Amino acid sequence: MLRIHCPRCGTRDESEFRYRGDAGRVRPAPDAGLASFSAYVYERDNPRGWHLEWWLHVAGCRQLLKVVRHTQSHEIRWIGRPEETAPLPEDCAP
Amino acid sequence: MTPPQPDRAPRPRSSSASSGRYSLWRLLREGCNGQRGWSRAWAKAQVRPGYRVVIVGGGGHGLATAYYLATEYGIRDVAVVERGPIGLGNVGRNTTIIRSNYFLPDNIRFYEYSLKLWEGLERRLNFNAMVSQRGTLNLFHTEAQRDLMTRRANQMRLLGVDAEAVSREAVRSLVPLVDLDNGRYPVLGGFLQPRGGTVRHDAVAWGYARGASEAGVDIIEHCEVTGLRREGARITGVETTRGPIAAQIVCLAVAGHSSVLAATAGLTLPIESHVLQAFVTEGIKPVLDVVLTYGAGHFYVSQSDKGGLVFGGAIDGYNTYGQRGTLPMAEEVAASAVTLLPGVARLKILRQWGGVMDMSMDGSPIISTTPLAGLIFNGGWCYGGFKAIPAGGMTTAHLIARGEAHPVAAHLDLARFAAGRTCDERGIGPYPYLQ
Repeated sequence: MLRIHCPRCGTRDESEFRYRGDAGRVRPAPDAGLASFSAYVYERDNPRGWHLEWWLHVAGCRQLLKVVRHTQSHEIRWIGRPEETAPLPEDCAP
Repeated sequence: MTPPQPDRAPRPRSSSASSGRYSLWRLLREGCNGQRGWSRAWAKAQVRPGYRVVIVGGGGHGLATAYYLATEYGIRDVAVVERGPIGLGNVGRNTTIIRSNYFLPDNIRFYEYSLKLWEGLERRLNFNAMVSQRGTLNLFHTEAQRDLMTRRANQMRLLGVDAEAVSREAVRSLVPLVDLDNGRYPVLGGFLQPRGGTVRHDAVAWGYARGASEAGVDIIEHCEVTGLRREGARITGVETTRGPIAAQIVCLAVAGHSSVLAATAGLTLPIESHVLQAFVTEGIKPVLDVVLTYGAGHFYVSQSDKGGLVFGGAIDGYNTYGQRGTLPMAEEVAASAVTLLPGVARLKILRQWGGVMDMSMDGSPIISTTPLAGLIFNGGWCYGGFKAIPAGGMTTAHLIARGEAHPVAAHLDLARFAAGRTCDERGIGPYPYLQ
């Protein structure tokens, strides 16, 4: 069970949230071409390590959160609002 | 890429690989002989500096690919490289179900090809894999779901695959354990694929390993591939913990960890890694002689020959490489079990485990060439890798040997995503965590 600290609601169980995938992808410019859009839609870095991802606090404030989580240990290093830029995991307090 | 020509030339062997033919006569003879005449089922090969084909991953698909390369396509200069002992990855972690009850015609053809190979597998391998065609029964709980399942069953029958509608009363007699009158999810009926069933999963790895080893394949255990060797746009071999190995063709069959290895050659895949859990209860007397799937949740169950109920559910739902499950999904699976089969509430769960899945962006596997010459990819198996082992092995071997896709696996190429012809059985879209 993950314990996710929502900046609005406090620390809650994982079961209050819904995962919404990789938050590191950036939508290409409209004229970026088919290959860029195909990569944006379908390709994932899928790292074994730190991963920037979206979680939706569906049973709480219903807001999207940006989370830096390790995909092997499941440790969460940073949680922020969608507009924030996540720091590098090494720069976060463990 | 020039397709390699069959290679039948003899070459030096690391050690004697033959374990002799298994038979009733042999069993009796060894029984009278203190069981002293058995030898290892497959040889422990030493690493050679180069091979024509190196297959990364000694799981079901890797071993089956090696076996069919050697026996069907005549390419014997093959190594299977595995980081641990063979068969400890997902081939030894699944719920052992085989079936071909899909909806999309391409999927039906592919999995039916696999089911047909399962049907002749033990005879071919001379190995008891305990293939048990006990039938897979999918239940439905609403009229809309009945229509969907009927459409699926009709699609299968149009392609010559067995599927039967099963009435509510027939469900009662097939599986008396089921709570037909559940207040929220009453069972209205089901559909049965009589040829579906289960297979002893470990024996599949061992049987293919034995067959491949006898045919001259080197099975190299405890040798982790740490990276792919790349020269320009060509893959020339692998880096391992026991030194580099050169290869004309490298085949990745490491579902679960495909992205990690592909990244060492700069390749990004349409895959996310997720964990899927499975469970087994204490052994009880026979109560369930089909594979049963629940329609109102993600839950499937069969009874093993030891008597334990083997069951599983959905993926935990977020990217992970941890080969363990977490409790929220365990609770959900247990809730589904008790809703469908109230009688199991008093059973103890003996073991729970997790395996890391390659979840692809359309829920279908990938058997394909890649943008890098000399690199063949077998992965993206999502939940369904075990049942596909024979077909996955045969079609991957075909692709390696002939340089072109096997007809039943042509739709599983990597280029389908960019080309807009994804094979999305459940119509979910590129959201693997929802599969």
